[in-house]
Amino acid sequence: MLALYSNPKWLSVVRGTVERLTETLGFPIAQRRSITRAVDEALTNIARHSYGNRLDQPIAMYFRRAQRRHDGQVQQGLEILLCDSDPPVDPCKLQGRSLDEIRPGGLGLHFIRQAMDTVEFTRKGPTNRLRLVKYLAQGNSVL
Amino acid sequence: MHISTRRNDKATIFDLSGDIDFANSPLFRDSVLREIRESRRPRVLVNLSQVRYMDSSGVASLIEGLKASRDLGSRFILVGLSRSTRDVLQLSRLIKVFEVYDNEEQAMAS
Repeated sequence: MLALYSNPKWLSVVRGTVERLTETLGFPIAQRRSITRAVDEALTNIARHSYGNRLDQPIAMYFRRAQRRHDGQVQQGLEILLCDSDPPVDPCKLQGRSLDEIRPGGLGLHFIRQAMDTVEFTRKGPTNRLRLVKYLAQGNSVL
Repeated sequence: MHISTRRNDKATIFDLSGDIDFANSPLFRDSVLREIRESRRPRVLVNLSQVRYMDSSGVASLIEGLKASRDLGSRFILVGLSRSTRDVLQLSRLIKVFEVYDNEEQAMAS
């Protein structure tokens, strides 16, 4: 578990942590980069949209092994849960934008969805929960 | 992130290094837009060869720089894309929007 504040100065620290974690778990380099980018973009979205750029709001991150059966085989993976405690997220704002548009903004969610096998937003009590899961290719294992 | 600026008769050149993320992209954006509007050179080169990481807010800043340059009749050129910056521009399907060269010499000769 990692607890941090919504100050973007911590983003580089989290990226370093996720890079090392995904390397240790055996993800290939391209997936290490994309998972790290997904987590970075998710934290940025929380800081910007949930907390309105306030710097001192709490964010909790949980990391644990995941597993699923896929095509008759067991796949190992990494589950990342990001929690913030702001008002409920409006699902309409979680759609991202068309990539055919050439304009700033709206790309973060697109990067998250491209990187991860599972992207789920839920609300539990006073907490917004973003669950991200990425599975390793079959034959690899998480330690 | 570190940003420095050079100028000659033909171009304004931004040399960037480090990580461009939400913590520093506002500074990147403001520096680039201010310089584009003040220097008004025919080319604006953004040297990304020393950038290790760029997030979507960095991409947004590049788009704003591109639009500001076009408005003033300048070319906005990216040089020396690292693997990470190339990845993020390809993922966003924006790489075709930019002029991209391997290095500064090629960009200046274009």
